[in-house]
Amino acid sequence: MSAAQTAALRPDVALEVKGLAIRFGGLAAIEDLSFEVRGGEVLSLIGPNGAGKTTAFNAITGYLAPAAGRILYRGRRLNGLKPSAIAALGVVRTFQKTSVFGRCTVFDNVLIGLHLRSTQRPLAILLGLPSVGREDRLLAGEARRILEFVGLGARAHELGAALPYGEQRLLEIAIALAARPKLLLLDEPVSGMNPTETAHFMSKLASIRATGITVLLVEHDMKMVMGVSDRVICLNQGRVIAAGTPAAIQRDPAVIRAYLGERYARAQG
Amino acid sequence: MKQALIGAALLALVGLPWLVDPYALHLLIITGIFIVAAMSLNLLLGYTGQLSLGHVAFFGIGAYASALTSLGFSVSVTPSVAIALAPQPVWLALLVAVAAAGLCGWFIGRLSFRVRGAYFVIVSISFAEVLRLVAVNWVELTQGPMALNNIPPLTLWLPGLGEHTFSKKPENYWLVMAAVTVSYVVVRRLVHSRAGRAMIALKENEPLAASVGVDVTRTLVLAAIVSAAMAGAAGGLYAHYVRIIDPDIFLFIYTVTMVIMVVTGGKGTLAGPIVGGLIFGLLPELLRALAIRPEVQWIAYAGLLFAVLYFLPDGIVPAVSKWWEPAAGTAPATRADR
Repeated sequence: MSAAQTAALRPDVALEVKGLAIRFGGLAAIEDLSFEVRGGEVLSLIGPNGAGKTTAFNAITGYLAPAAGRILYRGRRLNGLKPSAIAALGVVRTFQKTSVFGRCTVFDNVLIGLHLRSTQRPLAILLGLPSVGREDRLLAGEARRILEFVGLGARAHELGAALPYGEQRLLEIAIALAARPKLLLLDEPVSGMNPTETAHFMSKLASIRATGITVLLVEHDMKMVMGVSDRVICLNQGRVIAAGTPAAIQRDPAVIRAYLGERYARAQG
Repeated sequence: MKQALIGAALLALVGLPWLVDPYALHLLIITGIFIVAAMSLNLLLGYTGQLSLGHVAFFGIGAYASALTSLGFSVSVTPSVAIALAPQPVWLALLVAVAAAGLCGWFIGRLSFRVRGAYFVIVSISFAEVLRLVAVNWVELTQGPMALNNIPPLTLWLPGLGEHTFSKKPENYWLVMAAVTVSYVVVRRLVHSRAGRAMIALKENEPLAASVGVDVTRTLVLAAIVSAAMAGAAGGLYAHYVRIIDPDIFLFIYTVTMVIMVVTGGKGTLAGPIVGGLIFGLLPELLRALAIRPEVQWIAYAGLLFAVLYFLPDGIVPAVSKWWEPAAGTAPATRADR
């Protein structure tokens, strides 16, 4: 087999997690976790509470230092980088607990999210150079475009904290999108949303991936997971217990035993 | 209407030297200098949320750096080697003050990233106190408690006036007004820029700010440098106006004064330090004129301070702007709908 053929057969790996271990004191939250996210796909991590899903997110995005293991994004090692440096590489996350800039307007929230797209230098800012104003107008247009996309255009001038819960979650997505992610890590984005809001979010997620953004998703809403994912990985006690297509995962006895439960399996028929 | 009011107020401010007596003018000059310092503190406290209780250190460094550069000095490092500086023009000395304070700001900014919260507060207080002790004890350089005397006033080349020395009160008043204006513009530009948004983001939600690429260290360091440089400029102006400085310039009470100005006016607002500064900078003197006994003066001061903090916890400016634009919560939304 030629080298070209090998490359064609090997899937395009965006993120590679190898032998990841994270310990809090004596407690091993994750032990020897390995998986990869392929470019352009939506990959979901599922598993019971405490399985290590959010912990893995925190390690990938630089909020936690792993005890062992390697995290590679497009061949570049993420271990040891600061969260801001990881974001600059295009790996952007959202948080499990709703997290917005509460006392800033919705518009300013997204403007802050555009931080990495802005190039103005401190000296230019202090001198009030015209380039700074020009860039700010461009960014403002971009912020409005992103707000329209998630459906918060009419809320632009309200404070982040004043939005109802479901809209705050959309704002989080808007902030993350503003950072121009190539790999987007979403931590339970629809938790607490009602079915209508979840359906709206799923359609947004479809448009997001259509722009070529790779998505790593942690979610408990199985309807959503099975509906949007290309592949699903099930974790339990810090280890991968199953990986495969949504259909295969739903039938996997280990997944049913550890997480989905017999009732879910029966309901799916 | 609003602009006409602001214009009239500015005109009245420019014309003040013809209206008030020299002592009142002196108070306004000192208050103006402290307003610049309060504005610099506001950048750290109000926008990045870092409480530096040693802020007077930058003010004092600016004052000493500017005074020593303009007076010249000679310090012996070893019995045979001495470092000496001939007296320099005052404008250069002021630039040295800004640079020296900015450098210390860089140092404190790096530190504030490692030492957060209450620890940073303690470190910053200690920083100012150590500088005070250095100023007291390094007599060869600072004259210690004997103070640096005969500091020259600022001489500047001005278009239309030629070489001009700022020795009289009215011209110092206008100089300080210009300094307040420049500081206001600097802070305004900064907070409405990428850098300022990053500072506000850090104060509001640090993990989220980092997740969209805001570099925590760089942002804090930038805020600290600009803030310290501004405080240093204020200190320099102070030295060349009062023309005598002693180690008491590093006293904690001055930091407290700045904090009171920022917090009562409204931290994290552009006009806050100016409003708070004017009120709580001039209040002691007003009360002295009114009060029969000195104790009453400070009791009334404390009473007013508590009243502001209790009834307007966000400060005067946010409260007034709510009243000024009564529908602030709804009006912009309808504007966006249009």
